[in-house]
Amino acid sequence: MAWKKVKSILPAGNYYFSGNEAITEGAVAAGCGYYAGYPITPATEILETISVRFRETGAVSIQMEDEIASICACIGASWAGAKAMTATSGPGFSLMQEGIGYAVMTETPVVIVDTQRAGPSTGQATRVGSGDIMQARWGTHGALPIIALSPWSVQELYDQTINAFNLAEKYRVPVFLMAEEATAHLRERIDIAGEIKLFDREKKPGVAAFGTEESDGVPPMPIFGEREKLLVTGSTHDAYGIRKTDNPLTQEKLIVRLNNKIVNRREEIIEYEEYHLKDADIAIVCYGFTARSSLFAIERLRKEGEKVGMLRLKTLWPFADRVISDVGSRVNRIFVPEMNMGQVVGEVMKYASCEVVPYNQVNGEIIQPNTITEHLRRLL
Amino acid sequence: MARDLEQYLRPGIGATTFCPGCGEAILMRLILRAIDELKIDIDDMLFVSGIGCAAWIPSPYFNAETLHTLHGRAIAFATGAKMFNPKLKTMVISGDGDLADIGGNHLIHAARRNIDLTVICANNMNYGMTGGQVCSTTPQGAYTQTTPQGNPYRPMDLCKLVQAAGATYVARYSVTQRVALINSVERALQTRGFSFIEALTPCPVQFGRRNQLGAPADMLKSLVDKCVMKEDAENLSLEELKGKIITGEFSDGCS
Repeated sequence: MAWKKVKSILPAGNYYFSGNEAITEGAVAAGCGYYAGYPITPATEILETISVRFRETGAVSIQMEDEIASICACIGASWAGAKAMTATSGPGFSLMQEGIGYAVMTETPVVIVDTQRAGPSTGQATRVGSGDIMQARWGTHGALPIIALSPWSVQELYDQTINAFNLAEKYRVPVFLMAEEATAHLRERIDIAGEIKLFDREKKPGVAAFGTEESDGVPPMPIFGEREKLLVTGSTHDAYGIRKTDNPLTQEKLIVRLNNKIVNRREEIIEYEEYHLKDADIAIVCYGFTARSSLFAIERLRKEGEKVGMLRLKTLWPFADRVISDVGSRVNRIFVPEMNMGQVVGEVMKYASCEVVPYNQVNGEIIQPNTITEHLRRLL
Repeated sequence: MARDLEQYLRPGIGATTFCPGCGEAILMRLILRAIDELKIDIDDMLFVSGIGCAAWIPSPYFNAETLHTLHGRAIAFATGAKMFNPKLKTMVISGDGDLADIGGNHLIHAARRNIDLTVICANNMNYGMTGGQVCSTTPQGAYTQTTPQGNPYRPMDLCKLVQAAGATYVARYSVTQRVALINSVERALQTRGFSFIEALTPCPVQFGRRNQLGAPADMLKSLVDKCVMKEDAENLSLEELKGKIITGEFSDGCS
């Protein structure tokens, strides 16, 4: 079985961590064997704490010369058998896009943390934003489905880092942890469980590593050093990795499978939480730190007797199309607050039949509960 | 390809895609000869390449673990694989445009870290695969698709660069210096630390054609005439060294 239960390296109990520290501990708990990164605010503490923690656990880490080298080294390590991770923020995330496409095309498990800051360009390095949601999905040329998670607390940064490794190994795809400056630098109490469920990549010696009979299959993944004479290439390839750069059928078969292996499994990948949605007239659809303010706002309005609810997207990609469609058919309006000029709201509009109202705040600060309460009042 | 080296080729691939007269097929054979002479089990090796003609030397032809990566990033990929599994005897094979132009920063930093990689840089003095554009190794004045008036810039000395960055083993040979190049690959493979070989190789179709360098055989002969061993060069005057290419081992941490 690819699933296994392991004892947590940190003794079970309560800890007081910053978000970035929790990501490091999540990586340690998930058995991350290789980390390559480059300093960038507000993700630097991940590289710093990993440099210390990996020495203690025997895992390998390095500060590379840039983010391009970081993602590439992680992909190389992944094929050498490591669970690999890198972490960055906006500018570094932009540099990584070509490597991310390579990971998609070669079906390489790799975890990429994007501790989002206010962009574009250098923007406000120490301030919060969620401007990279579309970049995660569409940033690399010829983009194909990936998995992106949106944690809202320090606890979830820990849990979702472990989950990110499991998803990456299970589906052979890059997985993005779309952290935000506000949670990365927040300190909160978290609970570490004594036992952790991990997924290790499936290996089947001699079986084709880049193709399956099914049009949405995930092939087993061999690693270098097992005498499989692996051939890994970012060029269009057949099931055995042989380059086929002018064969229309090979190209179509590969791209369709890379698309379908995620799209057709979205129900088992997607996680979300509902709050007060059963009788709601208005629903907030939110993610990340903004969901904290949103929850505060709807709890207050509920006490006032208003029928407001909330859907928190824990998984941003693949997008929760069916859930949105369902919520959209039950409420009159959906309110989508975001720390960008409108990214997830466009997806919500695609699938919701009701009116969808965006709220965009891009001043480098978190959206306050009061702001959300006021806007909801106007919609009631 | 010499028959006894066919055991190292991936079955069922057939003819190579190198242009007629390309020196990279010679380089392919010399690398395999070195591996064969050292009696290295090719299954213990990992070949990493970037994008460009030389990157196709191992991919798909070598019947071994192969990671064919992005343009310029082969050394970064190789660094990750080697760090996580140091048992992988890792060799990067790519071109001058790939390793020195777009990937120059990774080359410098891998040499600085002195990570245990063997990097073989096939230098054909231009971008062959994309149709013959100027490169950081193109001689000043040479004609390419993007320097119709002649290259205004001086070429970069890759060996000096890598040596200055701290590599343990640095050498330059031409594919015409077959025995020396085989020995050099063997020394590089036996080096603990970063080893770098600049392998000069003719590109008759893209580079030679635009610079009236004649048929493939003429270009090979020209390399034979131009390449001078480092030790012999010491006795030559600046006048005599004009137009010559100095070859040999520039750093040898093994000795």
